[in-house]
Amino acid sequence: MAMMTTRTPGRVARWTLIDIVVVVYALVPVLWILSLSLKTKSAITDKSFIPTEWTFQNYVDIFQTTDFLRALVNSIGIAVIATVIAVVLGTMAAYAIARLDFPGKRALVGVSLLIAMFPQVSLVSPLFDMERALGLFDTWPGLILPYITFALPLSIYTLSAFFREIPWELEKAAKMDGATPGQAFRKVIAPLAAPGVFTTAILVFIFCWNDFLFAISLTSTNASRTVPAALQFFTGASYFEDPTGTVSAAAVVITIPIILFVLFFQRRIVAGLTSGAVKG
Amino acid sequence: MMAEIVLDKVTKRYPDGALAVSEADFTIADGEFVILVGPSGCGKSTTLNMIAGLEDISDGELRIDGQRVNEKAPKDRDIAMVFQSYALYPHMSVRENMAFPLRLAKVDDKIVRQKVEQAAATLDLTQHLDRKPGNLSGGQRQRVAMGRAIVRSPKAFLMDEPLSNLDAKLRVQMRTSLSKLQKQLGTTTVYVTHDQTEAMTLGDRVVVLRGGIVQQIGSPQFLYEQPANLFVAGFIGSPSMNFLPATLADNEVNSPIGKFALTDRIRALVEKAGASREVILGIRPEHFEDAHLLDDSAKAGGATFAATVDVLESMGSDKYAYFTVEGDQATSQELEELAADSGSADVPDSGSQVVTRLSAASDARQGESLDVWFDADKVLLFDPSNGKNLTYAG
Repeated sequence: MAMMTTRTPGRVARWTLIDIVVVVYALVPVLWILSLSLKTKSAITDKSFIPTEWTFQNYVDIFQTTDFLRALVNSIGIAVIATVIAVVLGTMAAYAIARLDFPGKRALVGVSLLIAMFPQVSLVSPLFDMERALGLFDTWPGLILPYITFALPLSIYTLSAFFREIPWELEKAAKMDGATPGQAFRKVIAPLAAPGVFTTAILVFIFCWNDFLFAISLTSTNASRTVPAALQFFTGASYFEDPTGTVSAAAVVITIPIILFVLFFQRRIVAGLTSGAVKG
Repeated sequence: MMAEIVLDKVTKRYPDGALAVSEADFTIADGEFVILVGPSGCGKSTTLNMIAGLEDISDGELRIDGQRVNEKAPKDRDIAMVFQSYALYPHMSVRENMAFPLRLAKVDDKIVRQKVEQAAATLDLTQHLDRKPGNLSGGQRQRVAMGRAIVRSPKAFLMDEPLSNLDAKLRVQMRTSLSKLQKQLGTTTVYVTHDQTEAMTLGDRVVVLRGGIVQQIGSPQFLYEQPANLFVAGFIGSPSMNFLPATLADNEVNSPIGKFALTDRIRALVEKAGASREVILGIRPEHFEDAHLLDDSAKAGGATFAATVDVLESMGSDKYAYFTVEGDQATSQELEELAADSGSADVPDSGSQVVTRLSAASDARQGESLDVWFDADKVLLFDPSNGKNLTYAG
């Protein structure tokens, strides 16, 4: 029986073409940077997409400078700490918003939406002055705190959507089975919200990892400068040498953790985990 | 273990002032199977949730096993609950679902295993123990929910419409096994349903609720024969009782199905109740019979009327004949509520319909006139103003 959606050769060809266009559009800039990072210094400007002469010298170079390694450590540390705190706080807040009726709930939701909409650029100067006065400037907490602030609305919104999907009766059942509210949350609600938590963690991590604005404005030394900001300070061997090759290599290197992060967690993002809880 | 549940003027008032349950006052004896029944919004689920501890009690006292439990969390009341949606934990296997209450109580692993397997054997779930709830059928999920309740031998079971998500055939089957299981375990059970058939067949005693107020408490048979008011009379029984407007004068009832004298028994009751002139006459379908099938001595205790059969349904064992009789429909607030609940309020008709259950031997035909006899000693009379049963013998 032929159905309306069978794979006719025409359909397959059309969709293949569309897929290719989308993939090429998204991947060409990435591949270009990869290509630049593998070229020799003299070949950087040769305009060919595939390097004529392959070299890993740019990678060797960036790992020989303490600047890049130090920035990598800062990036990982700051992004992981900010993600953990934002997701833990976000989970608790989202649970409360989805499940409880408490005074000031609307205000809380409103304020977090307001923060999400606030232009970050306008906060850079006040933050700079405040952090200088408080001694937070150019420290890890100096970046972690603003990252948490801006990641929280994101994590609250994503997570409360997930919590709303979990049937409330499960929690009542857990209470009847003898669980304290804490046990009901840990053993029943949290495992079911796990896909949501991981999704949120990925989004928050990417947000912190990619940030350039705060990283460049609120740091001044290797003590807390993250990779996106550190790339700015790359220089060639001499003042006149163009650091394109090493910058490209560094860009490729900092993309890798994001890819790993997503690959690692996507197995946990299983849709339909709650099926079978209720009559369905 | 004694597990008596006492509701002492238990009241639920919501912050907006709405009264969900008003002074529910009854005692559920140890080992008893009590049904809370009523149309939706009558407060039956709220009452159950208050017993469970999932909703706060606004007023009154709830005692389980002689102890006040108003302030106790659900986990400290030692009662298990089966939910309408079953509320199984989707990330746990059937085994872990059933073991969950025991694990929380920190029971030794060996005993947990043993108890879960025992419960699984009782409920015929042994071969499904390692499956996830998502892969089970509705009936199996329902049994897992039961299993989770019985493993820890609680003081009482609370059941919130546990069978209403099953299809009709399975529901009847589960009803019997549920009843058997409860008798076997001898555990106090409070069961909420909106289905009067479940209430009639399962319960030792039935509590009928309407608008948060307990209407009557008693055995199913007692509620059927001696309803305290129009609401209970109309709610219990299927097909439901026929109601007709009637007038009472000189110990004679004048109704759309004829004029007949009150029997001595009914007269005594009506006199005691102090009946007004206007009444509502209630009579159950099985108290009618095809007049041709009865000899004169049998007919002596009742009255006969002639009417045209609108619809005849032959069920094999008996025949249901539907008539339309002249005159207005009996009206009261209770009857309107019942009609709204069953959806029959939307059916337009003139005159009142009477449903009769006749013997299968009757040769009644659709569209033809039939002489119908009814038992005058089985009629009930109600006060239209407050719905009170004027023939209530208590």
